[in-house]
Amino acid sequence: MKQGFISKNPNVLIFISCLALFTLVITVLSEAYGTGLISTSMIKTLGKTLCLCLIALAMDLIWGFTGILSLGHFAFFGLGGYMIGMWLMYARTQDIVLTQSGALPMTPQEIQDAVTNQIFGVVGTSELPMVWHFAGSLPAQLALVVLVPGILALIFGWLAFKSRVTGVYLSILTQAGTLALSLYLFQNDSGLRGNNGLSGLQNIPGLDSVGQAAVSVWFLWGSALALGLGYMLLNWVVSGKFGSVIRGIRDDEARVRFLGYSVESYKLFVFTLTAVIAAIAGALYYPQAGIINPAEIAPIASIYLAVWVAIGGRGKLYGAVLGAAFVSLVSTWFTGGKAPDINLGFYTVKWVDWWSVLLGLSFVLVTLLAPQGIAGLISWLGGLRKKEIQK
Amino acid sequence: MRSFLSALALGMCLSTTSGLAQVATPDVLANDVPADSVTEAQLSGLAAVIAANRADIAKPSRQTIGPVIDQIAAEGEDAAAFLTAWEARELGQRESDGAIFKLDRQGDVYALFNPITGEPSGTAPRSDINEIKPNSGVRGLINSALVEFQLNAADPTIRAAALDSLERNSDASQLAPLRASLEQEEDPALLARKQRIERLLTIRFGETAQARVDAINDMGADLSLDLRAALNPITSTTTRAFKGAPTGNIARTLTPGQDIDQTQAYQLLIDAGLQPARLTAADLRRTLEDNISDGQVGGIPVFQLDDPDKRIAAYRALVAQGQAQAAATDADIADRLSGYSFAEIYADPDADVTTAAAMALKTIDMKVAAMQAADLGLDAISLASIYFLAAIGLAITFGVMGVINMAHGEFITMGAYTGYVVQLYITDYTASIIVALPLAFAITFIAGVAMERLVIRHLYKRPLETLLATFGISIALQQLFKNIFGTQARPLTSPSWLDGQWALNDVVSISYIRIAIFVLALIFLALFLYVMKKTRLGLEVRAVTQNPSMAASMGINPDRINMLTFGLGSGIAGIAGVAIGLFAKVTSELGSDYIVQSFMTVVVGGVGNIWGTLAGASLIGVLQKGIEFFNPSNTLAAQTYMILFIIIFIQFRPRGIIALKGRAAGD
Repeated sequence: MKQGFISKNPNVLIFISCLALFTLVITVLSEAYGTGLISTSMIKTLGKTLCLCLIALAMDLIWGFTGILSLGHFAFFGLGGYMIGMWLMYARTQDIVLTQSGALPMTPQEIQDAVTNQIFGVVGTSELPMVWHFAGSLPAQLALVVLVPGILALIFGWLAFKSRVTGVYLSILTQAGTLALSLYLFQNDSGLRGNNGLSGLQNIPGLDSVGQAAVSVWFLWGSALALGLGYMLLNWVVSGKFGSVIRGIRDDEARVRFLGYSVESYKLFVFTLTAVIAAIAGALYYPQAGIINPAEIAPIASIYLAVWVAIGGRGKLYGAVLGAAFVSLVSTWFTGGKAPDINLGFYTVKWVDWWSVLLGLSFVLVTLLAPQGIAGLISWLGGLRKKEIQK
Repeated sequence: MRSFLSALALGMCLSTTSGLAQVATPDVLANDVPADSVTEAQLSGLAAVIAANRADIAKPSRQTIGPVIDQIAAEGEDAAAFLTAWEARELGQRESDGAIFKLDRQGDVYALFNPITGEPSGTAPRSDINEIKPNSGVRGLINSALVEFQLNAADPTIRAAALDSLERNSDASQLAPLRASLEQEEDPALLARKQRIERLLTIRFGETAQARVDAINDMGADLSLDLRAALNPITSTTTRAFKGAPTGNIARTLTPGQDIDQTQAYQLLIDAGLQPARLTAADLRRTLEDNISDGQVGGIPVFQLDDPDKRIAAYRALVAQGQAQAAATDADIADRLSGYSFAEIYADPDADVTTAAAMALKTIDMKVAAMQAADLGLDAISLASIYFLAAIGLAITFGVMGVINMAHGEFITMGAYTGYVVQLYITDYTASIIVALPLAFAITFIAGVAMERLVIRHLYKRPLETLLATFGISIALQQLFKNIFGTQARPLTSPSWLDGQWALNDVVSISYIRIAIFVLALIFLALFLYVMKKTRLGLEVRAVTQNPSMAASMGINPDRINMLTFGLGSGIAGIAGVAIGLFAKVTSELGSDYIVQSFMTVVVGGVGNIWGTLAGASLIGVLQKGIEFFNPSNTLAAQTYMILFIIIFIQFRPRGIIALKGRAAGD
């Protein structure tokens, strides 16, 4: 069965090989396990990019294959990050607090109070909020990474699909939901430190001795593994009968419904599945980023996600990955101030200022002129070659 | 010189007989002759009283000065000047002869003035003068004597000033003079004020409980702040602990654990000295740490002390050994509370008065709440008109044409920046706004037409991609604004006649600028209806919306109509931008702050119907203000809950409040 799947989908094998090769090369060039040609911060950037590729895959499944333009998947990404961030912050603060205990061993209450004080002093709260109840336990928070965004997506999707909200209305609704979530998190009494967000997430509790150089490589491995697994899973999902049905929903929802399929259930499943994948991507992303705050969840982030997938190419999984990697890396390069300014004589184009303009316009151009994106370009080239071989 | 003055004074005194005492006595007091050499019989009126009571005036004591002040006050209007100077600590006594003067310190000497008339009376070295400094108790007495004069002064402005001072601060002693002055008051406005203040003073200081209750009932449910200021102290309470049953004027009794926290109740007992202090976690820890010996505390090994129960056991052991003081642990508190009762006690001892005051306050609170609801309603209407203004352009592009324009917010911003640029060149604010409104329309109209021709025309069959492409434009425009105008907020100042607010009473008010926006929203509503229903353009727009190919076969050019419609919607967004910029900060993010709400407004109201947009804006405005009312400190939460409500609302009415039916609905 497995053999059959791979032989039927050679692109999975190619993708996994490329990913493995990429990971191997980066590891060999890393500071911790190799020559040190690539700095730790660069490895973190690459690891984060892999996570962004994973959420782009999820976006491609829901938008490119099912035709639902969700403008809220970055909210699930952020929630995943918050869930893992709570454990990272709590456990690490607890470690610090325990080293400061006096002559008596601390009671559990004292430990909790001290941790609360450390974490929430900045928002003036002295009681541990309810949502932090499980923050001390890694397995519980790992479960919440999947459960919270999953259940939220299930409820939201059930409400929206049941009442047949479709098309642009659904897009606006998801965007509004995302806005509501980020506004909620911006409050100090949301229990998640308001606009301070969670910080110090790059310090993994119990791994202080290992050092950031090694941890960043581990996270790169983890992100690559998640991306590889995600790619296989989604490829399997879209290649079977299920894939045909959701593509049918994208192209003509009413016709699929008349054929007897429960369109709403399919949509709900895809919505929830992609939300969970997004959350896992977020849970891998934010320990590498080190900080998460509500601004990350703002609606614009989800729109950039759509931009990546559109530029990469909808309806092709590798297109989404390429788009996310390409645009986010180029974006980092331009906004990082490393790109050379262009002196036009009368005006100096600073890329930090003009990158967004360029991105916005190129997005318009891609939508207008090349709806297939980079993937379309690749398959067009592939088509040319095939024709030549046939000749 | 002096004789000339005397002659002049004499002339004046001859002209008015009533002025005799005023002018003749200063002459005596003016110390041309030492005061002691003049027998008291020779003096008359005020001067005589002052001369007779010199010693008391110079060293007044609160207990004994009362009759003297009364005597002085009885001398009529002249006494007021004397009392004022006395109260203001401007008087002094010359040691050599005991005479009293008004002082003005000039370097090493004092210039002396007659304390009644204010005439100069030479100078005296500092060593010869004792400044008279009455303490605050005495000054209070003088003050209330003064109020009596001022309340009866001939000049109405002085009377009004006296009433002002009574409103600011007053005490029991002023009640009687105020009542006395009521009869002589002729000015009806002042009389009304006096009567009102008399009632308020009676509430606070009335002689009998019945008088106070009557006064409270007389005032009724008045909304003014001064009545509430008079009533609130009466109903203020303190929470106290009693051994046995509570005593005093009880507002309500408190049961520990239900009405009052057990720890708070116990704290009351500690404060009253009825029970020993609580053992806090910090104290417990410190005491235990201080008594560690051989790795043990009170016989319990230190490593076991991460258990709270063991810690208390160790502490008990220390108490038993006499190494720590007995203290109540949390578990003890419930036992120790028994036998005590807790109650809120009114500051005012009279039960009738407090009941009447509490009743009156309750009525007032209900009225204030009603007024606040009215105020909230005004706020909601003004917010609704802002949303309506922001959304009306969308109602055309999205509602009528079905085009999602995510750059709509940037058109609003463009309008606001147009206003800012116009104000750079036209400094008169009224003129600049008049120029800016059509200019903003023109600029955003052109921008909208350009966008329609270049981008949207190619995407009419693909709404999701229209959404994305316009978002690309939105991102680009927003950054472009930042590059041109910078990230800081730019001023867009409203004309001065829009400053200030229209206040109905203490509670209800609305700023003129919000009224102006409301009017603008109404104008746009009328304009929209006129254009769509009464003009050729509106007819063609509706035709193209319903069936483009049929419209085309009737000789309408759909491309041209789409372009104009989109331009119209964008132009209105520009005008809305000028209006919004007048009260919001003009930044590159101005429009994007409104974009989600605008879409919500259109979607909730029902696509394709202007009345629906109006209903949507009203619903969202009222809802947001309503939520803010329950949680006023937190506008973020209000927006969050509002969006959640809308999401749920759309579940039940997916097509909005006013849904189009039949073919116009599209499917």
